[in-house]
Amino acid sequence: MPKLIIDGTEIEVEDGITLIQACEQASVEIPRFCYHERLSIAGNCRMCLVEVAGMPKPIASCALGVNDLRPGPNGEPPEIHTKSETVKKAREGVMEFLLINHPLDCPICDQGGECDLQDQAMAFGVDGSRFKENKRAVEDKNIGPLIKTIMTRCIHCTRCVRFMTEVAGVSELGMTGRGEDVEITTYLEQGMTSEMSGNVIDLCPVGALTSKPYAFSARPWELRKTESIDVMDAIGANIRVDSRGREIMRFLPRNHDDVNEEWISDKTRFVWDGLRTQRLDQPYIRTRGKLRPATWDEAFAAIAKKIKRGNGKKLAAIAGDLAGAEEMFAMHDLMTSLGSANIDCRQDGAAISPNAGRGSYLFNSGISEIDETDAILLIGCDPRNEAATLNARIRRRWRTGKLRVGLVGQETDLTYEHDYIGAGPDSLKALAQGKHGFTKVLKKAKKPMKVYKPPKTRPEQR
Amino acid sequence: MSVRRVDPVQPESFKFTAANTKWTRDQIKKYPKGKQASAVIPLLWRAQEQHNGWLPEPAIRAVAEMLDMAVIRVLEVATFYTMFNLSPVGKYFVQLCGTTPCWLRGADDLKEVCRRVIGEQNQITEDGMLSWLEVECLGSCTNAPMVQINKDYFEDLTAESFEKLLNDLRQGNEVKPGPQNGRQFSCPEGGPTTLLDGAVTSKPKRSTKSKAAPKRGGK
Amino acid sequence: MLKDKDRIFRNLYGFESPGLKAAQKRGAWDATKKFLTKGRDWVIEEVKSSGLRGRGGAGFPTGLKWSFMPKVSDGRPHYLVVNADESEPGTCKDREIMRHDPHLLIEGCLIAGFAMGSNAGYIYIRGEFIRERETLQAAIDEAYDAKLIGKNNKNGWDFDLYLHHGAGAYICGEETALLESLEGKKGQPRLKPPFPANAGLYGAPTTVNNVESIAVVPDILRRGAGWFSGIGRPNNVGTKLFCISGHVNRPCNVEEEMGIPLKELLDRHAGGVRGGWDNLLAVIPGGSSVRCLPSDTCQNLPMDFDSLSAHKSGLGTAAVIVMDKSTDIIRAIARLSYFYKHESCGQCTPCREGTGWMYRVLDRMARGEAEKREIDMLLEVTYQVEGHTICALGDAAAWPVQGLITHFRHVIEERIDQYSANSKPDGAVREPVAAE
Repeated sequence: MPKLIIDGTEIEVEDGITLIQACEQASVEIPRFCYHERLSIAGNCRMCLVEVAGMPKPIASCALGVNDLRPGPNGEPPEIHTKSETVKKAREGVMEFLLINHPLDCPICDQGGECDLQDQAMAFGVDGSRFKENKRAVEDKNIGPLIKTIMTRCIHCTRCVRFMTEVAGVSELGMTGRGEDVEITTYLEQGMTSEMSGNVIDLCPVGALTSKPYAFSARPWELRKTESIDVMDAIGANIRVDSRGREIMRFLPRNHDDVNEEWISDKTRFVWDGLRTQRLDQPYIRTRGKLRPATWDEAFAAIAKKIKRGNGKKLAAIAGDLAGAEEMFAMHDLMTSLGSANIDCRQDGAAISPNAGRGSYLFNSGISEIDETDAILLIGCDPRNEAATLNARIRRRWRTGKLRVGLVGQETDLTYEHDYIGAGPDSLKALAQGKHGFTKVLKKAKKPMKVYKPPKTRPEQR
Repeated sequence: MSVRRVDPVQPESFKFTAANTKWTRDQIKKYPKGKQASAVIPLLWRAQEQHNGWLPEPAIRAVAEMLDMAVIRVLEVATFYTMFNLSPVGKYFVQLCGTTPCWLRGADDLKEVCRRVIGEQNQITEDGMLSWLEVECLGSCTNAPMVQINKDYFEDLTAESFEKLLNDLRQGNEVKPGPQNGRQFSCPEGGPTTLLDGAVTSKPKRSTKSKAAPKRGGK
Repeated sequence: MLKDKDRIFRNLYGFESPGLKAAQKRGAWDATKKFLTKGRDWVIEEVKSSGLRGRGGAGFPTGLKWSFMPKVSDGRPHYLVVNADESEPGTCKDREIMRHDPHLLIEGCLIAGFAMGSNAGYIYIRGEFIRERETLQAAIDEAYDAKLIGKNNKNGWDFDLYLHHGAGAYICGEETALLESLEGKKGQPRLKPPFPANAGLYGAPTTVNNVESIAVVPDILRRGAGWFSGIGRPNNVGTKLFCISGHVNRPCNVEEEMGIPLKELLDRHAGGVRGGWDNLLAVIPGGSSVRCLPSDTCQNLPMDFDSLSAHKSGLGTAAVIVMDKSTDIIRAIARLSYFYKHESCGQCTPCREGTGWMYRVLDRMARGEAEKREIDMLLEVTYQVEGHTICALGDAAAWPVQGLITHFRHVIEERIDQYSANSKPDGAVREPVAAE
């Protein structure tokens, strides 16, 4: 384990990490724009420059591994300065360069208040600009209904490009042109198609990529932040619900290394408008096969009438997917008191074996086990659409080259290579009998994983 | 360099000719298996050559498909490298070097000729024969000032000889690439100062020792 | 002055054919096989002891660079990549090698490939050199046909040589940008480490060498390391192709001994400075990236790596750009600044933003439309770019401006005075701009 001296304090760090991570471990803050721990290293913003004793030039700490540092002539640990005059000047210089062509339109920018550029300009910049030329203006790009672009604000950190290519697995964004005319764009402004695209909004350190549905609707300091769990898919992504008054304004991801890391799917991110517009906000009563709007009094009267009339055993209750545990427990009590045991929450009729109990519907190994598995068999599921962050995790494992994936079910683009085995039970049978090449992969695997979606017992149409 | 975008007016489609398709396959073979993306510049260049000296958008897609690349990656390449013309050019496309070594020897005079004979940069003459662009150093500095017209360098130009050259091209007269003042490539004008008296063809004397001889200079 | 018998590029001016037969007559491909039988270590040792320093600009010892390649392959192939993306303003020497003496380069590639355990090499030639590409490809084909290179060739080391071209990007002359470009991407330099000798082309060990560095190797082996190291002065040895452009009477390329005094170089080969030596204003001695030198430092100036660095300039590619007293030096440097703005790849902040800034300020200064305190500001901006970028283009963009301000500050000041005296009746030069 290499030893370093960071700002005069000796620290021992793990092998293989970068200097910026080592500084973090030493509780030394290093400003950065392009660096992101879940993306590849670009080293292009030059904000994280530090001084390494013996090196003639300041070094980008995000790009230098601690193992690449050489000890001093007498074997003393390499010395890193992050508060020296050189470093201060370097940061001020980079900051000035970033700002000369930045519009500084913070008052009308949705990133205002949660902008890395603002924060770091305050912390590491200088108070004025010496730039007297005309500022560059960049045309905005229409890249779909979810992400709003104001490209003049872009500082070309390429986090978005790297995210789309590496994590989301679709090469949709790129940086075209060169020099001071580089531009982030999709191919001829085609709309983004990825189910993970919204994450570039969080990644963008400035207000170049912001949320289109959320545009101009709130300021971050007005929002109440409530930690919560997403219910749009079975992942249970950790989210933060930002609300103002009684209105929910947006959902953002929270980091949870074992679940969603720090990504969420677009479904999760942008579902909040359903809480506000076109929402079911009053009861309806069905008479002669037709629903008619009703008041709550009417509705409760109708329910009471039916319950009083009937035999409890003939009653049944189904809870919705979005119902909370407390509500469901109340429902359970009510039904018990009425003498009914007919309660369920499976609207899709999923078959759950009573023998397996919870094990039949949980992701038993845990999502983080994907990071260690060497073979995954996907059965009847489409993780890219049904559990986007899970799919991103499979992709990440696949990118290491240590994972093979087989798919039984409908063939689809999963953003990673996979062996397509077939669509039906025959394929499973062939696999079981060793008639398919993937059997060998599974047999050889040290930590194989099967991911399947429980089949439906009842036909869709009732 | 300015913002580079694909031309608003584009052909419906692009297809390599049979001969060029074969050529592209040979190109791809130069690179190890799975590294076919290496051929992207040569392929785009061939597409531009086939398409009257400019690169149409359908060709970008075609090349992306041939090389199994994301189309945005090919667009990045097409917009990064300035030799890809994203809009139509004249039959004779004049790239005029304006960088300091050429500027010192009169590139501005040549620019003036271009403006007078052709018009503004990137503007094609009505007969479609000529268009011009100021470019950066073309690596022929000892023969400055110079221009590149399509594949050839025309060097040691003066305003007069350049104007004549443009007119000759326009009229279909034969032109001779290289120095326009009768000079032998980058040899000093008037004859070489070195390599005199048949020194050119004599073989150098081989070292008789296999070990390095004692050094006079060296470290 | 270098004797004719000591010249390597004896067809520099293309009086003879570049073809194989003529090249062999001039000595190419002579005893190549013998050198290879002496082994890798011998070749590297010989190149090391010849004192050859890279001819692409940085002057890194070539033999030492080769020795960084792994001795034994770990399964990955080794690559030789030849940097023929000659784009540094003022420089046009590699072009002459490729179009007039391509076999020296090809032979050098085989030897270098052998020395670094590489069975494949790529020559990356700049896209504009279309005719040179044709000539070089023809020469490669000839060498294949004559079984000098390729599989099972006469020289006993399997070696495939491919010609690859760019499409207009100065930055691809930076070795890692070149590798990116060769892999089919934008030419944006990579972060180092890892260095190419560990992970270069396609992630495999790679050495990138300049055309001239490779092309002189066969003659070094043929004539002996001692012959090469005996030319010039310690640490600055051998012959060197000089490109003399700008305000001289007869601009030319010429092969001379390292360390030849500038005045001798210009007088003997280029017909002297236009209007006589006293008419000299300044010289950019090593391609556009180095700081210019005013005439008073040029009197006794040995043209080699160390003496030019001592003057805070550099030998670079040995491209001498001469400017006489008629030159508007601010314009001349502003035009170089424009070049760097045009050629910045746009990847990292200081260069992307700084090159445009420097050019625009200089452009105003060339008109005099500036304030004197902006001179120091501009100088500070150059220091903010220099040393803060991923590759050396940032330094290359900063140095010419620094050279200008160091040596010709008075010219800028005079220009500003002139402008403010004449341009606006109220004497205001520029409106003050509110802090942003």
